[in-house]
Amino acid sequence: MQFSENWLRQFVNPAISSEDLSHALTMAGLEVEEMIPVAPAFEHIVIGEIVEAVKHPDADRLQVCKVNIGKENGVNKILQIVCGASNARVGLKAPCALVGAELPGISIKAAKVRGVESFGMMCSAKELGLAAEATGLLELPNDAQAGLDIREYLDLNDHLFTLKLTPNRADCLSILGIARDVAAITGAPVKLPAFDVVKIESTKTQAVSVHAKEACPAYYGRVIESVNAQAKTPDWMVRSLERSGIRSISAIVDITNYVLLEFGQPMHAFDLAQLNGEVNVRFASKNEQIKLLNDTQVKLTSDDLVIADNSGAIAFAGVMGGEPTSVTDATTAIFLESAFFTPDAIAGKARRLGLSTDSSYRFERGVDFGNTKLALERATALILNICGGQAGEITEIVNQLPERASVKLRYSRLCSVLGISIPKQTVGTLLTQLGFEFTENDDIFVVKSPTYRFDIAREEDLIEEIARLHGYDKIPAIKPTASLNMLDAPEALLNNAWLHDTLQAQGYQEIITYSFVDESWERDLLGNANPIKLKNPIASQMSVMRSGLWGGLLDTLTYNLNRKQERAMLFEVGSSYHQTPQGFTEQARVAGLFYGAFQPEQWGVAAKEVDFYDVKATVDSLTHGKAEYRAEAHNALHPGQSARVYLNGNAIGWLGKLHPKWQQHYSLAKNTFLFELEASPLLQKSIAHYAEVPKTLATRRDLAVIVDADLPVQHLFDAIIKANIPLVTQVQLFDIYQGKGIPENKKSLALSVLMQDTHKTLVDIEAEAAMAKLLQLLENQFAASLRN
Amino acid sequence: MANLEHLISESLSDFNACADMPALENAKAKYLGKTGALTEALKGLGKLSNEERPAAGAVINVVKQAVEAALNARREAILNAEQAKQLAAESLDVTLPARAQSTGGLHPVTLTLQRIEQLFHSIGFDVATGPEIETDFYNFTALNIPENHPARAMHDTFYVDENNVLRTHTSPVQIHYMENALKQNQSPPLKIIAPGRVYRVDSDATHSPMFHQVEGLWVDEDISFANLKGVVQDFLQKFFERDDLTVRFRPSFFPFTEPSAEMDMSWNGGWLEIGGCGMVHPEVFKHVNIDSEKYRGFAFGLGVERLAMLRYGVNDLRHFFNNDLRFLSQFK
Repeated sequence: MQFSENWLRQFVNPAISSEDLSHALTMAGLEVEEMIPVAPAFEHIVIGEIVEAVKHPDADRLQVCKVNIGKENGVNKILQIVCGASNARVGLKAPCALVGAELPGISIKAAKVRGVESFGMMCSAKELGLAAEATGLLELPNDAQAGLDIREYLDLNDHLFTLKLTPNRADCLSILGIARDVAAITGAPVKLPAFDVVKIESTKTQAVSVHAKEACPAYYGRVIESVNAQAKTPDWMVRSLERSGIRSISAIVDITNYVLLEFGQPMHAFDLAQLNGEVNVRFASKNEQIKLLNDTQVKLTSDDLVIADNSGAIAFAGVMGGEPTSVTDATTAIFLESAFFTPDAIAGKARRLGLSTDSSYRFERGVDFGNTKLALERATALILNICGGQAGEITEIVNQLPERASVKLRYSRLCSVLGISIPKQTVGTLLTQLGFEFTENDDIFVVKSPTYRFDIAREEDLIEEIARLHGYDKIPAIKPTASLNMLDAPEALLNNAWLHDTLQAQGYQEIITYSFVDESWERDLLGNANPIKLKNPIASQMSVMRSGLWGGLLDTLTYNLNRKQERAMLFEVGSSYHQTPQGFTEQARVAGLFYGAFQPEQWGVAAKEVDFYDVKATVDSLTHGKAEYRAEAHNALHPGQSARVYLNGNAIGWLGKLHPKWQQHYSLAKNTFLFELEASPLLQKSIAHYAEVPKTLATRRDLAVIVDADLPVQHLFDAIIKANIPLVTQVQLFDIYQGKGIPENKKSLALSVLMQDTHKTLVDIEAEAAMAKLLQLLENQFAASLRN
Repeated sequence: MANLEHLISESLSDFNACADMPALENAKAKYLGKTGALTEALKGLGKLSNEERPAAGAVINVVKQAVEAALNARREAILNAEQAKQLAAESLDVTLPARAQSTGGLHPVTLTLQRIEQLFHSIGFDVATGPEIETDFYNFTALNIPENHPARAMHDTFYVDENNVLRTHTSPVQIHYMENALKQNQSPPLKIIAPGRVYRVDSDATHSPMFHQVEGLWVDEDISFANLKGVVQDFLQKFFERDDLTVRFRPSFFPFTEPSAEMDMSWNGGWLEIGGCGMVHPEVFKHVNIDSEKYRGFAFGLGVERLAMLRYGVNDLRHFFNNDLRFLSQFK
């Protein structure tokens, strides 16, 4: 809601500055988004009339003007001013900056212009800071009086206020409504515009019937004959409209808009000659269509409320009038409508058509049904005044108007909800200031709100109103008192911070990328042919929900490589989104990317590219060393360096090298490794349980065996664990060798074996026996042979 | 018995002439070895009479002790010199850079979220989460924003389909949490914060289509609007580590709270908007079957990026999601 301060002050004029008014509005919940002066702070600019204009002797484009700047001691004062504007001519009235005036960027001094003296400057709208562009001097009407201060003449000592109104405060979508709130805040009285109700001078009436009685509880309309539709809208009205962001169209439309802004009552004027029989307020019939004022043909549905005549719908009620019956320059008689449509009947209608009109915006939030007729009278008076004409009797159809329920406000509840004590008497005063009627008994106020308030239905609504008017800034900040209960702290459940800490400690930098991604990342990189699509994405590269996090990691990698980074260790913790027959599901995940050198370039360390096992170490740490890795294929990964990660038998993610085709696609010069794991299994930790510490020392023996080159080493370890050979407590791999001395297609594995008896030190013979069992196991299950 | 005193000075000069341990061991043999002068002298004691023997033995012992002392002194000196040499050879340029893996870091939004969680945890708030693809019901209806309510237009919602949206705020987590609490027969007090991603169809220098909010909820028998202000102010003072911060409430409107307020924080002589808040609306309690006569609650929503920008002096929202490492690495 945008409006001119001066207009508001015609309705209510508290003795406070513009700044204080702005602050008061904001603190009362009518947030002032912007307050800007209508014009820059210039002075000494008056209306000047050019009384003589001759060509400058030494410049083709300049004229030497004599300018009348009004009477001084009863005599017209004439200034000589050199002017370059093409529209400078005798008889023109335009703003004239006198010597000493300060305009935006210009100081006016007496000067010689190409040898001719000049005592001021004739101004364009741009030079006054009133417009961004101008083609010549600002031409003022002929009746403008020379010598008048331009600020006064153009009403420039004014501010534009823009309110960011919340949807509950529909009552403030008018100057009157804002004035009421200002009055409630400041105590200054509200003055309604003075006008006389017009005399009925026409016998013409328009028949009206209302079928949709619930949707349209009140309908007023009247004929005005012999209007001059081409009458000029007065400057003051054009200005008020403009300062509310509404363009002047024609006098009749301007007047309805003016009353809309004044009282918040949307109105519509029909060209009487275009009406065909009785006007009817009803719901649209199936497949009914209407051509709206904005030249669009609209298909109506059966819950759309329309104004219709015998020819069909002529207006989309509360939204927009129809084109065929609209007022034009040729109109000589109008049917002027002022009605109350309920919010329920109008809500969502304009939005369905992708519209929001001043009318629908107000009706769907609630229009004061106490002013419907007054607004019609006000508009009639203005029309007769500006366009002439004779008004007919008002046709009036009023059914059941909304009842304002009595709302109970318990004084004790008010104080305890707000946490402060307001004197009871103050509560009564505030209610009165708000225009609420009430009775009070036993600390209970029974309150009835006025017709313009659509937001008072329950006790909390009143508590908020009292708090608002009392002043939110008077509510103290009080720390609550509460019982002290310790929170649960499940030790076996880690939180996300553990994921963050673990990865950060290993050198990874966290990133946060958008949850919506390019569809091609899903389709091509992750092989998800059917990602969750947004119906209204903000851009095509953000049109589907990600089912995995690698797209964002790779995108971030590319972004940073383009900015001269040479290696990257990145991770993200976030959700993936999935569509299942049961609906949408989300899974918290952690994913990482490692690109380039294993360590930053530094002295004394041979450069080494990151490899599979470096990143596997990270996955191991995230899975508490309990993950199982199986060679499986993934769309995005190198088929020979790709592992699916299992924890407790469940597949929880992937680890591997980016497939060379993607490496090429992203123009990555070096190897890229990726991992992605479900987060929640990682956050399950087992709680330590004491086992007896051996009193004796472990015995170590080493063993080198030759096995098939393609034997996954994990299989061997799994078998050893499963066999549970007595005394053997740990078997570790400390070397792998292939090459000279080892047959082709074979590899040599060097194992260290720890053996331990809890109570006594092993003797050689026991150790040898255990080693023999181990070797036998490997020979039997993996055709291993002892390496000599 | 020959005079042995001269052995003391002779051994001392012999030992001192030794530059290393093998030389010293050789020199030692001359006096203390199997055929060394002192060993021989001790052997000679047997030839003496019982009367002579004690005095002669005492003399030998004195000399032997002196020679051994000289030997030990020289031995220690040689060892010290050798160790000093080794230490000198092993000395490093301690100013050379360390060898290390790169240092990781967390995103400033995560740092901010962790800080928020830590502070609220300290007064007993649990962390709750909820889905980001949310049903129309949880995102709007249960929060007292029925279909066609003008407040829906304030939200610039991303739609997934007819009934599902990307949540426009973290407020739906309130509903999930209260519903679950009731299912588990857990009654108020309920104290949670709900951090997470939220989405709005809006993208320019000051708006991101995805950003983070933290929702806070405290349901109790006697909690008030003034308490809400108290908790928020306490939080902001601790978050920014500034005791002089104050909070200003401005009347506002959210369908799920009443009274509702915008929260402003005093900052460099002015006021900055940092979120919305209010007392939980009875309609919301009704949706989750909490008796609004018995219980009241307050709820607030904070913009995480906003807090991060103020805390770390970041001047452009877009930095948070560009993930430029030159930006992110500043938060290590």
